[in-house]
Amino acid sequence: MNIAQGVKMALKSILGNKLRSLLTMLGIIIGVTAVIALVALGQGATKSVTEQVQSLGTNLLTVNILGRGSTSTLTEKEATDLGSIEGVQYLAPATNSNATVKAGTESVSVGIVGSNSDYLNVREYELASGRFLSQIDLDFYQKIAVLGSETATDLFPLGNPIGQYVQINGSRYKVVGVLASKGSSTTGSNDEVVMIPLTSAERLFKSKGVRTIYVQVAEKDQIDAVVASLESALSKKFRGNTNSYRVFNQSDILSTLDSVTGTLSVALGGIAGISLLVGGIGIMNIMLVSVTERTREIGIRKAIGARRKDILIQFLIESMVLSGLGGVLGIGIGIGAARLASKMLKMQVVFSLDIVLIAFLFSVLIGVIFGMFPANKAAKLKPIDALRFE
Amino acid sequence: MADKTGPLIRIEGLSKLYQMGGETLKALNDVSLTVNYGDFVAIIGPSGSGKSTLMNVIGCLDSASSGNYWLDGEEISKLRENKLADIRNRKIGFIFQGFNLLPKLTAIENVELPLIYRGVHARERRERAIEALRKVGLEERIHHKPSELSGGQQQRVAIARALAGNPPMLLADEPTGALDTKTSKEVMGLIRELNELGHTIVLITHDLEISRQAKRVVRIQDGRLSEEGRPA
Repeated sequence: MNIAQGVKMALKSILGNKLRSLLTMLGIIIGVTAVIALVALGQGATKSVTEQVQSLGTNLLTVNILGRGSTSTLTEKEATDLGSIEGVQYLAPATNSNATVKAGTESVSVGIVGSNSDYLNVREYELASGRFLSQIDLDFYQKIAVLGSETATDLFPLGNPIGQYVQINGSRYKVVGVLASKGSSTTGSNDEVVMIPLTSAERLFKSKGVRTIYVQVAEKDQIDAVVASLESALSKKFRGNTNSYRVFNQSDILSTLDSVTGTLSVALGGIAGISLLVGGIGIMNIMLVSVTERTREIGIRKAIGARRKDILIQFLIESMVLSGLGGVLGIGIGIGAARLASKMLKMQVVFSLDIVLIAFLFSVLIGVIFGMFPANKAAKLKPIDALRFE
Repeated sequence: MADKTGPLIRIEGLSKLYQMGGETLKALNDVSLTVNYGDFVAIIGPSGSGKSTLMNVIGCLDSASSGNYWLDGEEISKLRENKLADIRNRKIGFIFQGFNLLPKLTAIENVELPLIYRGVHARERRERAIEALRKVGLEERIHHKPSELSGGQQQRVAIARALAGNPPMLLADEPTGALDTKTSKEVMGLIRELNELGHTIVLITHDLEISRQAKRVVRIQDGRLSEEGRPA
């Protein structure tokens, strides 16, 4: 007897008892549905958080200078010198302040970033038009500004802002560039911003020194080395006072996130395992009933030449088809449920083929494991006993 | 089939013992029987005579406690279960009292069943099943389920199933037991016809009337056989 014939016979017997088959499969269906839907939502959440973290820039290190009074604050020159550390691709010292920016009658209150030319690359902004800050602007304390896309449309709703002037806390700055929209992240909108040369910002806000340094590392595997070099250089600068600075590693955040998702996946796997186990026991139960009910059929089949193996395979295929069908239904319902949840909760969902395949194979496996005992019981029936059964 | 030399069935000194509450019951007591190819033997005996046990042993559904049994040249009393299944499939066509058709399968699917277990390919299987159903005059009803057929028709499907594998022996256990007189006659007519076509037939019955239609009658009583000889 070949497999196709067996599957055909199994389907026939399953369809012959629709309600019972459905109830039998219910355990598997619920288990697989839960796995598919929860994994899709979990992966969606992970993906959106990861995307937000990564939108800050890839391989990004953030150095916060807390300082120790005014004397120990890092100057722009000292900060820029850290760029010579091996593995550093871009380095952008920055100061963040808030100010009111006016253009004609329009006025907005936005964050003012004072930085250098690398800031564009480090934070992964792109220019929509004009140019970005350059080193020469810093050297000559140029009063120029680059506007975030939203700030640009707020201040200049009609015209092209490039070449126009804005007033930041009363000083006139010439707009030389506009950034492309980047969207918002966990830290707020990335498009409501005005960028000016670091030196001009120091003068404007009468603040000395750099508070934040963004460092982009060229290769991922150099991150740890760069962190170590940065820390030793800063330690030297602040004479061993490690409280004066802090180096944040973005990949640390991502790996923390990974471990959280890992724990979640294990918990999820446990729940799924338990529900599939329960489903499997349900299948075994019904298969045992089915073997008893069909004792005479087994006897007839054996009398006309079915071997033990034939009967075993017949019942195994039946429980596999039953559980596999449950798996397929569960996958379908799970995908539907995740879609619905994502629409209602406005959450991102990710479906991976791996999970779908694993869920399907696992449910078939459940059929094999829990079908083995009843199938073996059927196969071991003696033909005369089975034929005598009424 | 009928042209083969030597007997189809040769049973020598066969016994079957049952343990029942500490007592040993001899269901078959030193039985010997020879059936030639093309023969039509009726084994007749009252209930409790060991008739069913003999039928189970001849049909390879049960094994004997001692003695030898050759079927179609093969010694089978020592064979294991899987080998016996193979022998049942190839050498024996069963016709049961209660028809024993699978209720969820159509007539042709029932007839195909032994061929499925023999590993015959779908197309050939179908052809042979249709051929067998034609022999019993049911080619019009091949897609009917047993519940849609009369008792006589069901028994004819069962006979077709027995014929489909083209076994050397047809083993009929009270084939008319569940049928009325008229259909009994039809079915027995069909069995006689099959014998004339060369099929060897072993018929188990308790009915003298039925046994008279056989070429040879063997009586069984208390686990022992006695030949009644051939009716003229």
